[in-house]
Amino acid sequence: MNNDTLIPLIGVVTDIRQDTPDVKTFRVNALDGGKVFEHMPGQCAMLSIPGVGEGMFSITSSPTNKEFMEFSIKKCGCLTTWLHAMDVGQQITIRGPYGNYFPVETDLKGKDLLFIAGGIGLAPLRSVINYVRDNRANYGDVQIVYGSRSKDDLVDYQEIIDEWTADPNIQVNLTIDNPQDDWDGHVGFVPNYVKELNPSTNKTVLVCGPPIMIKFTLAGLKELGFTETQVYTTMELRMKCGVGKCGRCNIGNKYVCKDGPVFRFDQLDELPDEY
Amino acid sequence: MQEAMIKRAKELLADGTVNRVMGWKRGEFSYDITPAVFETAEELDAEFVCDDLTQANVSKYLIKESRKEGKILALLKPCDTYSFNQLVKEHRIIRENVYVIGIPGGPKIDIEKIKAKEISGILSVKNEDYTLKIETIYGTETMPYYEAISGKCENCKSKKHVVFDELIGEDGDVLESNRFEMVEKLENMTAQERYDFWRDQLSKCIRCNACRNVCPACTCENCVFDNPKSGIDNKAAADSFEENMFHIIRAFHVAGRCTDCGECSRVCPQNIPLHLLNRKFIKDINSLYGEYQAGADTTSRAPLNDYSTDDCEPSIVHERGVE
Amino acid sequence: MLKISAAKLNDLFDAISAKQTLYIPVDREPNAAEFKKYESGMKLSASLNTIRSAKDFFFPQTENLADFKMNGKNIEVKDIREESEDFVIFGVRACDARSFGILDKVFLSEPVDSFYKNRRDHGTVVTMACTRPSETCFCTTFGIDPTVPEGDCAVFFDGENYFFLDRTEKGTKFVESISDMLEEGDASKLAEVQENARNIMKKLPLANLSTDSFGGDKLNELFDSDKWADLSEACIGCGTCTFVCPTCQCYDIRDFNTGREIKRFRCWDSCMYSDFTKMAHGNPRTSQLERFRQRFMHKLVYFPANNDGEFGCVGCGRCLSKCPISMNIVKVMKALEVK
Repeated sequence: MNNDTLIPLIGVVTDIRQDTPDVKTFRVNALDGGKVFEHMPGQCAMLSIPGVGEGMFSITSSPTNKEFMEFSIKKCGCLTTWLHAMDVGQQITIRGPYGNYFPVETDLKGKDLLFIAGGIGLAPLRSVINYVRDNRANYGDVQIVYGSRSKDDLVDYQEIIDEWTADPNIQVNLTIDNPQDDWDGHVGFVPNYVKELNPSTNKTVLVCGPPIMIKFTLAGLKELGFTETQVYTTMELRMKCGVGKCGRCNIGNKYVCKDGPVFRFDQLDELPDEY
Repeated sequence: MQEAMIKRAKELLADGTVNRVMGWKRGEFSYDITPAVFETAEELDAEFVCDDLTQANVSKYLIKESRKEGKILALLKPCDTYSFNQLVKEHRIIRENVYVIGIPGGPKIDIEKIKAKEISGILSVKNEDYTLKIETIYGTETMPYYEAISGKCENCKSKKHVVFDELIGEDGDVLESNRFEMVEKLENMTAQERYDFWRDQLSKCIRCNACRNVCPACTCENCVFDNPKSGIDNKAAADSFEENMFHIIRAFHVAGRCTDCGECSRVCPQNIPLHLLNRKFIKDINSLYGEYQAGADTTSRAPLNDYSTDDCEPSIVHERGVE
Repeated sequence: MLKISAAKLNDLFDAISAKQTLYIPVDREPNAAEFKKYESGMKLSASLNTIRSAKDFFFPQTENLADFKMNGKNIEVKDIREESEDFVIFGVRACDARSFGILDKVFLSEPVDSFYKNRRDHGTVVTMACTRPSETCFCTTFGIDPTVPEGDCAVFFDGENYFFLDRTEKGTKFVESISDMLEEGDASKLAEVQENARNIMKKLPLANLSTDSFGGDKLNELFDSDKWADLSEACIGCGTCTFVCPTCQCYDIRDFNTGREIKRFRCWDSCMYSDFTKMAHGNPRTSQLERFRQRFMHKLVYFPANNDGEFGCVGCGRCLSKCPISMNIVKVMKALEVK
């Protein structure tokens, strides 16, 4: 019998990084080293600890990383609590890649890009950002606006400081919700910061974060003159199969696992206003 | 009688006593009757139905409805009043927000009983002097009324309305029923026979949860079988005994609170006689703690929530013995 | 046309079941038929249809997907799939036969569900033409002709004889495998029986139910209808409609710890259940209205939008007879219909 996507592969956790008080980034390799499978930026994978649960997570590492995959995971339920408690060397089951991806090789090519992320919402965008950095010649200006509740809640802070802000070819704007002693950067919510920054409307926008942040960011972008066709986001709903068959992650006739998770706002606009 | 209900409901709507009416509305055929809330006289005239085929116990809906703005009129059959009272006792229904009219009870007709006589293509069912005249696509059929009586009415326990603000029709009495007959039959079986009986019945279960969701005694905000934190939440049989556990645990949980309204067996798509599990509990409670009818009042302590020195000891299990 | 007399039907069942597993509808109780593995002497049900649909054969209520052995930090995945045995389902009605086509569109589209395909490949569907439809039937609304059902082989009963019409390669093989029991027969009376059934279909109370107001292009207008509140008002949120429905195929995947290993199984799920879309950090469908709407939007709008206009209902009428509160797709369609 052919392989069935519902029967998972085994991955092994080779590194665990505590990013924020409630986010850890897990490095996953195949049993014999290397990656379990290839993916494109924005795609997801089903990770599971048998007996505990299975869940869909965005692959946060870039496809240009040929050595391993990474997942930045926030502790919020049964499975994620278990994942947070595990040690390096733990095996997990993994299947995928699932869903569509940001159109890095088509619509985004040659464009000026504006990434807007809030909190753990950076995880799916990090894959695109590093993909773009590794194929820098293919894209125009790159600007990243990233905010979190506090400095400690900025995911991948070290990589942002060490690599992204050091990269002369990209502009990074960080913000936190409330003032803090060791922070001399911007303070304020992401949607307001975006408006203050007043980015050029030539840019194509990739936004991910909590629903409320996305809502206000989109409204702000529209005020600045952006149209829905310029703005991409990535969605998250409850999933079981990952391949559009189990029937629970739909918005209208679109399945987030299969037709998404990446949508352009004008596409979402045509769907029923369910979420 | 239906006309009298509509007339009175309209009056109560008009004089502001209530702003809604909990009743039933007719469907495509004569038997597909749906519980419904009516807000206007026009809706009542157009759709309200309460006839020989109207079986549904609407008391569970009143949990939600009694928490809404204004007062709702509820039309309750005698058996429904027991469920209603029990829910008032459990602080689920807010009594002040419901105006109860006691209406006559059954025996009601169950369309499944007619279909079981290989009568199909049913277009209408009329009761003519206790003979059912059934119009079908294939011609007219007749059958005695009593042969089509709903399972839940077969052993009616009471014609008495235990709670009402007014009555339409007359009040009746608590009846001497032989509702424990089948339970006794099961008790007289050998353990193996009884096990086989229940395995055979419960293996039909498709875990649709209709019994639980319709049950006026099942009002937990989050059922243990839906709660991932319980460790036993499930929606299908992971092993062949799973659905048996579901029904047994449910029967335990409603013990002492089940009024024997019969909705569980009525709605079961697989015709499992679930009410027998509950009746066994009722029978045991009667014999071990004294006669008790859940829902008969709103003040007495339920035997399983009460303690008296006459209570049976846990050793009763051994005394009764296993074979 | 090849036929067998009614008196010899059980001989035929004996012969089929000697070679492969045979399932036929039998009466468990009056008016309660179910598909059972044939054992000699069992009587074919005269009921129009079974309470549960025939989808179980290809998409069982519960099935094991894989086993896991946990050993310290290591996990071993056991692929427990086995080639299905060959089997025959006899007496499937036209509505259920069509439902297999609908399930195929879900499970056989990429990536193919090997569990489903395995059973589908090994199952031969022998259908039975309807002669005595019920008031709850509305398969013709979805373009189904119950007098000439789909399936691998269709069987027609003219009151005395059963006639066999092979409709697929598998069906031809099936007819060949039993050809020594069949004889050439005069099918002239059949046309009359079929004509009669078609006339009854036209006179059924739901004969005029139309799909004109539904389809993939009616997405937002139907979703935004103000009728959903009334329609879903009395829904008790059980899964009866879903589980008796031949086309409902949503599923859940769960793990079960046997103590020795972890069994990952999949089971039927219902969009009517409160936890269907529940996540660790919230539930997008918190009301029964939303869950109720999802079920009917799926059948009447989303499925046709994704499948060339084909509706996700076959008009078998099971939900009409089994819903505890008698709310069903026909009432929904009539309420939402644009006249």
